[in-house]
Amino acid sequence: MRSRLARLTFWQWVFLAVMLGGLYAAYVRVLGGLGGATHLSDAFPWGLWIGFDVLCGVGLAAGGFTLAAIVHIFNIERYKPILRPAILTAFLGYLLVILALLFDLGRPYRIWHPLVMWNPHSVMFEVAWCVMLYTAVLALEFAPVVCERLGWRLALGWLRVVAIPLVIAGVILSTLHQSSLGSLYLIVPHKLYPLWYSPFLPVFFFLSAIFVGFAMTIFESWHSSRAFGKQLELPLLASMGRVLAVLLAFYLVLRFLDLGRRGVLRLLLEPRTETYLFLLETALLAVPMLLLFRLRVRSQPGGLYLCAVLVIFGFVAHRLNVSVTGMEAGSGTSYVPKWTEVMVTLAIIALGFAVFRFAAKHLPLFAEEPPAARTALPAPAVGD
Amino acid sequence: MAKAILFDSTKCIGCRQCEAACAEHWGLPYDDTVAQQERISERKLTTIVTRGERFSRRLCMHCADPTCVSVCPVAALRKTELGPVTYDEGRCIGCRYCMLACPFQVPAYEWSKRLPRVKKCDMCYERQTAGLPTACAEACPTGATLSGERDELIAEARRRLAESPGEYYPHIYGLEEVGGTSVLMLSAVPFEQLGLRADLLREPLPRLTWRALSLVPDVVVVGTVLLGGIWWITHRREEVAAAEARAAKEKQS
Repeated sequence: MRSRLARLTFWQWVFLAVMLGGLYAAYVRVLGGLGGATHLSDAFPWGLWIGFDVLCGVGLAAGGFTLAAIVHIFNIERYKPILRPAILTAFLGYLLVILALLFDLGRPYRIWHPLVMWNPHSVMFEVAWCVMLYTAVLALEFAPVVCERLGWRLALGWLRVVAIPLVIAGVILSTLHQSSLGSLYLIVPHKLYPLWYSPFLPVFFFLSAIFVGFAMTIFESWHSSRAFGKQLELPLLASMGRVLAVLLAFYLVLRFLDLGRRGVLRLLLEPRTETYLFLLETALLAVPMLLLFRLRVRSQPGGLYLCAVLVIFGFVAHRLNVSVTGMEAGSGTSYVPKWTEVMVTLAIIALGFAVFRFAAKHLPLFAEEPPAARTALPAPAVGD
Repeated sequence: MAKAILFDSTKCIGCRQCEAACAEHWGLPYDDTVAQQERISERKLTTIVTRGERFSRRLCMHCADPTCVSVCPVAALRKTELGPVTYDEGRCIGCRYCMLACPFQVPAYEWSKRLPRVKKCDMCYERQTAGLPTACAEACPTGATLSGERDELIAEARRRLAESPGEYYPHIYGLEEVGGTSVLMLSAVPFEQLGLRADLLREPLPRLTWRALSLVPDVVVVGTVLLGGIWWITHRREEVAAAEARAAKEKQS
């Protein structure tokens, strides 16, 4: 036992520590209720778990639907090698979002209520249905990978029949709920700071989900190539980097046009926390955009990776500004997450990394050609 | 038909009888400590707010088109025909979107409980169905809080504004705020000075989200046709190329 513990790497120790901390935080949450486990209040009812775990989680999982559309709808075959990891990231992402939601809901055992108790006027109701249906779609989109590993050829055949309708459903469901996460905040015109409140919130949430989907794909390809000694699909990722730069430019132009149209650009002159946070968020997106327009940056793994990380941070900054920091002044209160909130969030992220690693090790995630396409299906070797 | 409450802050002496009566109605403990907390919470569904020598009340405003009712994903909140906005705790999943969305910051949560509920004033829905006034109105010794029909109370408020214009700030709070509310307020000073938000939109807030939500069917229909069309075109191109290649091969042989 001792020798096995001694053999753990640094990151395995970190993982162990974070998971133990997360378990303890979960225990505090169950025993002490939301009051004992969070710094939420009547004036500030949504904090880190909604702002990061749910809003950012769903967005960061958007690579699944964009790549599925690129490969299956637009028929751009060269993106195929990175489709499966993206689908897995998305599937894991949604499962983790649901897990986080179980922490945040006051009565988590009633999470199924929206299935039978309807309110079509509620954005939350629409999001609940879309997330539920899309998680099912992702499970089916990922199922072929598992079926290949298990050698279930009949199931594979059926999954191939429904593949295209599934992709179309997935893209539409994603379009709806990615934008609706922004619509959630259309209802708080008096609370959300004008640099973020806009009738175009759903559009910004949708566009940012798309660009961060690309950034996440670059991010996870880089990590996979390092972890599994796999060749990086550099020309492919470089072309994604270019698309990312164009998407960022489009997003930023729209964002500033909207600020100008609403006449709130002058707010940028006010020395307030919100101003600095807005500038930080914008810089985190504008800098990688400028860098990615340069071929020299795009064609280096390091440069691409750095840009992807900046974009992910910029995306997270925007969503946290909408859901947390931009809401503080209007709510007349301040909010700093409690350690339990942070711990649960870290544990959920760690769990995501660990499950992805496990799946990448044991499932044909990076297979060039699905084995079923070959004439004979190789029997999975024992202890493979 | 539609019930309402008229609160005239010029008549309020800050005796907190309304608070005590409300606590008794809900079976909540009420003592000096609770009385001193001038904030709506799970312990206190209405409160007096003191600003200098002026007193005002906070309670659910029972909007005509309530934001909380529109945002609740499980329809746990409902605008009754009688006027009160009621809460069905059996449906509530505890997402707290109602609390985030309420422009008056009214719904409170039982944060310390393991099976928490939202707490809010229901304008004594059960008493009102039995024809009784709200507990707070019944307890008010000065007539600062009146319970009655909305139309009649609006007429009464207008009469007061017309009869003694010097005593009142010329505005009925709740007549148009967020599309109108069932709680109406009068004051001697601008309502901000009582700590109320005076900058609220005149349109019901549910319309802001409905504008986006009502596009959902369009996105589904247009999206399906568009994606299906693109799929057909991109794959057709492939099929044609394959067929041409086959034809060329046959010609050669």
